[in-house]
Formats: sequence, structure tokens, C-alpha cells
Amino acid sequence: MNLNILKPNKENINTYLALGISLLSIGFIDILANTFLDFNITGFLPSIISFLSPLILGAFGLHFIRIEYSGNKNLDKINKNLNSSNINAILSLTVIFISIKYVPSILNWTFFDANFLGSTKEDCSGEGACWVFVRVWFNRFMYGMYPDAEQWRINISFLVLFVSIGSIFILPLKFKKYIILFLLFIFPIIALNLISGGIFGLKWIETGAWGGLSLTFIVSAFALIFCFPIGIFLALGRRSDLPAIKYSSIGFIELWRGVPLITVLFMSAVMFPMFLPDGTYMDKLMRVIIAITLFEAAYMAEVVRGGLQALPRGQYDAAKSLGMGYWRMHFLIIMPQALKLVIPGIANTFLALVKDTPLIFVVGLLELAGMIGLAKTNPKWLGMATEGYVFAAFVFWIICFSMSRYSQNLEKKLSTEK
Amino acid sequence: MNLKAFSIDLKNKKRLIPQILTLLSIILAISYFAFNAQVNMDNRGIAFGFGFLSQEASFDIGFSLIDYDGSHSYARAFLVGLLNTLLVSVIGIFFATLIGVTVGIGRLSSNYLVAKSSEIYVEVFRNIPLLLQLFFWYFAALRALPLPEQAMNFNDISYLTVKGWYVPKFIWTNFSIFIYSVIAAIIAIVFVSKYAKKQREEFGKHIHSFYIGIALLLVLPALSFLIGGVTLEFEIPVLKQMSATIFNFRGGVSIIPELMALAMALSMYTATFIAENVRAGILGIGKGQKEAAASIGLTKTQILKLVVLPQALRIIIPPTTNQYLNLTKNSSLAAAIAYPDIVLVFAGTALMQTGRAIEIVSITMGTYLLISLSISSFMNWYNESVAIKEK
Repeated sequence: MNLNILKPNKENINTYLALGISLLSIGFIDILANTFLDFNITGFLPSIISFLSPLILGAFGLHFIRIEYSGNKNLDKINKNLNSSNINAILSLTVIFISIKYVPSILNWTFFDANFLGSTKEDCSGEGACWVFVRVWFNRFMYGMYPDAEQWRINISFLVLFVSIGSIFILPLKFKKYIILFLLFIFPIIALNLISGGIFGLKWIETGAWGGLSLTFIVSAFALIFCFPIGIFLALGRRSDLPAIKYSSIGFIELWRGVPLITVLFMSAVMFPMFLPDGTYMDKLMRVIIAITLFEAAYMAEVVRGGLQALPRGQYDAAKSLGMGYWRMHFLIIMPQALKLVIPGIANTFLALVKDTPLIFVVGLLELAGMIGLAKTNPKWLGMATEGYVFAAFVFWIICFSMSRYSQNLEKKLSTEK
Repeated sequence: MNLKAFSIDLKNKKRLIPQILTLLSIILAISYFAFNAQVNMDNRGIAFGFGFLSQEASFDIGFSLIDYDGSHSYARAFLVGLLNTLLVSVIGIFFATLIGVTVGIGRLSSNYLVAKSSEIYVEVFRNIPLLLQLFFWYFAALRALPLPEQAMNFNDISYLTVKGWYVPKFIWTNFSIFIYSVIAAIIAIVFVSKYAKKQREEFGKHIHSFYIGIALLLVLPALSFLIGGVTLEFEIPVLKQMSATIFNFRGGVSIIPELMALAMALSMYTATFIAENVRAGILGIGKGQKEAAASIGLTKTQILKLVVLPQALRIIIPPTTNQYLNLTKNSSLAAAIAYPDIVLVFAGTALMQTGRAIEIVSITMGTYLLISLSISSFMNWYNESVAIKEK
């Protein structure tokens, strides 16, 4: 029998397989015993070699089973995807071993050792996560300091929002226009009045009490609605051939894009009141929404400009030759095409906006992350920071991930190129 | 073009009116705000001006790269904040690039596990707000570190505790000579690589300028130690008992947890965007390019170095610089965990003490604006210089 250790071949496939799989198994038994039984098989070796032993054993094992065109479908598949070279073998083993070591303890913390039931901190065993904290504070995390009895007002506003957004997709084109107009112009006024109250016998609830995830939605929804048209006008202004308009647009855009949002919020909180006539007071939330809107509008303008630049000149010439003026040309011919081109960019700007909303903590407004910061300093619930932030991260992740997936699908659907 | 000139003549009024209206409304808005600000400041008895910068700051800053205490001026406090911002940005940019490039290449790996775990990394960290990641690292992960008396020990040289990461301090003598030797080495490398390029292009001779460069970079600084009188000693942190129950490390350099948390959050978040840029850059190189290079007999490393990378970098660098800028701007989140950066020190503490909202917010925003504009104008220049010159 001619066994070439360096180059496994098909003739002696069974020997190589037996050798490789047994080495691989020893490696896996070593790491499993190490992780779950707290027992080190290779403890007699020097510490560094003992530490790396599963990797070394596994790498040799994988080397022996790397047989090209072995005729075994599963083996070929493994070799192709996990084991195409020595480096790939080591990388695969590293990923697997790290998962074996850490995934079980993460799962234990999140689910198996976690406590879900109860109403105080003492109901938690302390082994795993204490989701009781999230349960007890859930209402606060969602609605902030908004009175419990009035929370239906927030619910109804969001229900209307989601229903009307949903109906855009279902209803025929004819109604779409009206729903979009309703969303842009009528809905903000209704929602604002419903949530803040003060009319029709609704109790007035000052914006300081708003908070939690609903505040995240309120701030992002308003900023979204307003930053889009402003961004479009800024983009058109930047492309204008009238120098005064062009350079003031450029100055405006670059000013906002050059500074961090946090300083803009600082400005809205401490500097902006100085610019208002003495004695006038503008609501904090309103100032924040204006600040975020202007900030995101600058980014939106750059995205839209990208779309405008990508359109071929022929589109402009064709529109002009039909006798269209500037506005008709832009809103009937140019914008629909340009916006379609930059859907991913628009979606990214919206995503950035949602991810930026937690920053409003600097002016003292507490949305989800801020409420968790408040709850974790409650003397009855000390030491719950991890649970709180993991929960918030999960909520935001769901929102942002689904938005990004949706925009990818939309991009595919709208793409006219084959 | 003719048409345009024609339209100027005909529609002169149409062009002039909107411009005048825009300018007028901008001027009106600015003067309205300025007037109000003037009235407000008069009422509060503050005069606009930057004279306060030379006054004594009389507050302490927990972490500073230069000498600073309460007796220094506000201008000095501003400088401390600016340097702290730049420090965390540089650290963040370094690690973000490292992780980003690794993950970006990993996503294209033929290894299923590597590609999948890189994808999971990108999707998880990109879709969680940076502020939450920062809070997680600072309030959850780093708070779980042990107390100084049970510090995580790295070979008795460096210790990781809940109060910070203690690393040895470098104590140099004749540090300037060492720096000169490094600069000399860099200049020498530039010359060698130029010479090597000339030799290759004129005579077809290959000189391994890369290895010569590494040798130069090692030998010249080593010489500065041997004959230049440069010495380097380490001050290793030692555990000291402060009182009956309180222990802490003395000596060495302490990397405060705020800096660690901020650098970790910034680099891990920005790395996801850099990874996507790297992936897009490599995918953007057509297969034909690689095949053409292989068909003229280039080796795999040569293909990567001469064909793929120069083209991929042209796609990767502009958006990546943008990410570096974002990282620098995002470092202002430091204010949330009390890392003394420019926003916390200047727009926070100094503003509270002096009450000069307009001046301080303008200086802070102006500083960021200056950093952004200078980097982006440099990038515009760079992009123009590497753009493919089409005939």
C-alpha cells in the first residue's frame, strides 16, 4: 500500500477517510469535553498546544479527507464548501469551535436560564437574563410617561398610519394618490392633535411626557414626511443654473452634512431659543423634529442629486421639445425616473434617520434607549442594563432589518433593466 | 449652449427674480435671527465675543493627552476635547478598516461558514443604532469586567479591569532621534521604490523593493537604539492597596473604559459599511479583467496586485473616506457615556459654565465642518488624480 501522507488520493480513500474522520472526531471530542464537561483531554501537553489541539487535530483530519473527485457526493460537497484548502479548513474549524464554545451559553442566558414570569427583581434567579424587567417596564418602553388611560390615542394614530400605508399597496392606482396626499398633509395634523390633545375634550398631554418607542416613531415619521420634499427642492436647487440659488443650496447642504447630528440637536436646544423673539417659546419636540428634518433633508438632497445626475440628457431634451416648462418637466418626466434610480439611497437615508432618533436624549427627550437608561437607574431594578439594551437592540434590529430587506425587494421590482 | 445663451437674453427677468427673492429671504431670515439674538443677549447682559476663551476654565477633565487642569483656559479645554475626539477617531478608523476589510473579503469567501458568519456580522451590527451599541458595550459588557484585585492578567504586563485597561507606559530617552530614524527610513523607502520602478520599466530588472523596504524600516530604527543613544523602558502597572478594601493599579497607562467602549462601538459599526464597500469594490471588477490578466501569464499575486486591487481601490476608497468622516462625526456620541470629547467638554461643560450658547455651538460646529470640508476636498482632489483618463 502506497500511502502518501501529503497528498491524499482516491485509491486509498477508505484509509484516508478513517484516518481523517478519527482525527477530526478527537478534535471535536476535545472541544466538547472542554466546553461542557470542563475536562481537558490534552491537558498533559504544554498549555498553548493544548489550547490549539482541537484545531491542529481537526486541520490534519480535514487534510486527509480532502480528496478530489472522490465519487462521494457529500464528501465532495463538504470539501468544496468548507475544506477547499488548508487555510479554509482552519477557518471553518475556527468558526465551528467558536460557535460550540459561545452559542450555547448565549442561548442559555437568553432563553433557557432566563426568567420570564414575575413582577419584581427578586423573581429572577440571576442565572440568565431577567426578562421580567422588560415585562414590567414594557408599557413605559413603548409609551414613555404618557398616561396609561390615554394610550389608545397613540395606538389609534399608528393604526391609521399603518392601515393607510398598507392600503397604498392594496388599492388600485386611482386611490393611491389620495392616500398619499392624506398621509402627507392631513394625517400629520390629525395625529398631532390626537396625541397632544387639548381639543374636543381630549386631555392635553405635554410633549415632555411622550416617550418610548412611540416617540421614536413619531420623530422619524414626521422627519421622514418633511425631509423628503425639502430634500427634492434642495437637490433641484443645487442643479439649478441660477447661481444665487445654486450656491445657497450648496452652502445649506454642506453645512448640515459637515456637522454631527448631536451638535445640531445641541443647537436646537440651547442656541435656537436665542434666535427667537423674546418671550416666545417653541416646543422642545418641535425644535428637535425641525432639526432632524433639516439635517436629513441635506442627505436626502445628495441622494436625489445622484439620481438626477444619472439621468441621460435626452430625457431633458425630449421633455423640453414637448414644450414642457421647468416644473412640469421635473415633476412629470425627471423626478419619477430619478427617484426610482435612487431607491436604495432613499431607504438608507430613512434607515439612518431611524437609527439616529435615539440621539434626542441630548435634549432630554426619552425614546426607547432613553427610557431604558431611566429604568436601569431605578433603585429597584439596578443591574438590568444588559437586558434593557439587548431588548432595545432587538426591537431596532427588527425595524431596520425589515426596512432594508423591503427596499432591496422594491429595488428589484422597480428595476426596468433586464 | 447656443440655446442657453438665447434663453438668458429672452428670459432675463425670469432668471433674475427667483435669485433676488432667494437672496432676500436668506438675508431677511439671518437678520431677523441676528436681531432677536441681539435683543436676547442684551436682556441677559451678555456681549457677543470670543474673549471668554482666554478665561480660566476651572473644571477638570478626566482624560487628557496634554497637560491640563482647572487653571488652564477655555481654549486649552477646547484643545483637550479636540485631541480626544481625534484620538478616538484615529483608533476607530484603524480598527474599522481592519475588521471591515477582513469581513468584506470574508463575505466573498468560497468557504460557506466564513461567508455566512461575515454576512451575519454585517446584518446584525449595521441594523442596530450606534448609540445602543455604545450603551451595550459601556453599560453591559465593560461593566462586567472584574475589579482591580481580580484583574484579567495578560502575562503580568497588562491588566484589564472594570476601571480601565492598564498597559505599560513607554519611557523614551532621545525620542526625537528615533522619530528622525523612522522618517529617514520612510524617505529611503520612497527612493528605493522609485529606483526599482525605473529599473523595471527601463531595463526590465526586478528589484525586491518590498523586502528592502521592510529591512530599512527595521534596520534604521534599530541603529538609532544601538548608536543613537535612544533607550526605551517600560513602566509596568502594579496593583496597589489604596485603603482596606480599595485596590487600584498605579503606573503604566490607563485606557479608560469610556475610550474602549467608544472605540469598540465606532469601529464595529463602521466596519459593516466598510465591509460592504470592499465587497462592492471587488465584485465591481469584471471577471474578464481577471481572465485577461491570467491569459497573459500573470500569477495569482500579480493579478491581485496589478489588476484587481488598483481598480477595486478606485471603487472602494471614495465611499470609505465617507465612512471615516461619518466615524469622526459619530465620535460625538461620546457625550452619552461621558468620554471627554469636544462635544462633552466644550458644548457641554464649558457652555454650562459660561452660558455663551451662540459662540460655543458655532465653534464646535465650525470645527467639525472644517474637518469634514478639508477631508472631502482632499478626497475630491484624490479622486480626480486617480480617475481613469479616457481619451
